Amino acid sequence: MNGAQDLGGQMGFGPIEIEENEPNFHAKWEERAFALTLAMGMTSSWNIDTSRHARETLHPVDYLSSSYYEIWTKGLEKLLLNAGLVSAEELKAGAALGPAAPVKRIAKAEDVATILAKGGPADRPQTQPARFKVGDKVRTKRMHPEGHTRLPRYARDCIGVIEAVHGVHVFPDSNAAGKGEAPTWLYNVTFRGTDVWGEDSDPTLTLQIDLWEPYLDLA
Amino acid sequence: MSHDHDHDHSELSEIELRVRALETLLTDKGYIDPPALDELIETYETRIGPKNGARVVARSWIDPEYRQRLMSDATAAIAEFGFTGRQGEHMVAVENTPDTHNMVVCTLCSCYPWTVLGLPPVWYKSAPYRSRTVRDPRGVLAEFGVTLPKETQIKVWDSTAEVRYLVVPMRPAGTDGWSEDKLAELVVRDSMIGTALALDPAKLETAA
Repeated sequence: MNGAQDLGGQMGFGPIEIEENEPNFHAKWEERAFALTLAMGMTSSWNIDTSRHARETLHPVDYLSSSYYEIWTKGLEKLLLNAGLVSAEELKAGAALGPAAPVKRIAKAEDVATILAKGGPADRPQTQPARFKVGDKVRTKRMHPEGHTRLPRYARDCIGVIEAVHGVHVFPDSNAAGKGEAPTWLYNVTFRGTDVWGEDSDPTLTLQIDLWEPYLDLA
Repeated sequence: MSHDHDHDHSELSEIELRVRALETLLTDKGYIDPPALDELIETYETRIGPKNGARVVARSWIDPEYRQRLMSDATAAIAEFGFTGRQGEHMVAVENTPDTHNMVVCTLCSCYPWTVLGLPPVWYKSAPYRSRTVRDPRGVLAEFGVTLPKETQIKVWDSTAEVRYLVVPMRPAGTDGWSEDKLAELVVRDSMIGTALALDPAKLETAA
């Protein structure tokens, strides 16, 4: 979706605020928001693409004026509601008002290291041949889906070259929408800066973007 | 009741209250085990951070066979150190050379190689970095105090998928014969994102 999260190429955000020796967390509540989000992720009540979509569907004003862990907190509340794990009344009350819904797993402290070390690989078995090979010239689609997508706006309708074939990966556009993983070939595509930004681009710039097969056509 | 002190512990901000309410609710419901939250925080505060990535880079500088493995299958080469899993399931290492400089960004969210770098700094997740790096990498580098020759090719990796990128900075001159551990001290976090170079060895010796 063309939401506030799709920031590549936008202007006017000012200088980057760099903090020397920055801590992981700037307040206790950030630690808790971080850990709550990961622990609830471990219940497998949604997937990583659903959770990204929950964050990017915040109102653009809300998204851009919230800190990172505020975005995570608001996204988590949305995921909990959508999954039917809590009610709006319970969120407001900060207390359970009814029975819990079943979840697949509740991580214990002693499980954390194993779960993190395993992660959640996104590659899947190959069931059909890749449509493109390294060196193929491709054009990204001109598209503006209202749902989740990982083709950034700045890289739509642009010519690039297949740099690498990563394998078959879960397709976020489908997975975020609850329509299944729909695994498809994932490529790394090279774009010249001038082909993306025009003749004013830094001539030494190339962009390397990971893109799924449905985003691409032969050029 | 006094409102003079912004940090008075009796006055919690809206977000503090919101997160506290959420934790109470999720604990009440039995969806989370509170000690697991402490363990998650502890893990990223003490065990998973940029020192992991620095060890990988330092090894690649002194061991050509390891470097080969890292460049051909970074996930497996990084797993040799036991660094595996969440936000590092599919790793790719990209090497800086005298001709090419690599930088990593996630314009759509904040994808970052947690297994080797830990949690991302605020600036990496911020709108200024995410918006500008893909269009004006040299302007971004200037803010980090890095100026590259004007003919250096710049590759910006936008992390749009579950593939995570680790920049391997160039080994600084004047480090011949250095041990892996000592070399690792030169490999600062930002040099593995591409917004810095590895430390100048002279500076490390001054600091020590």
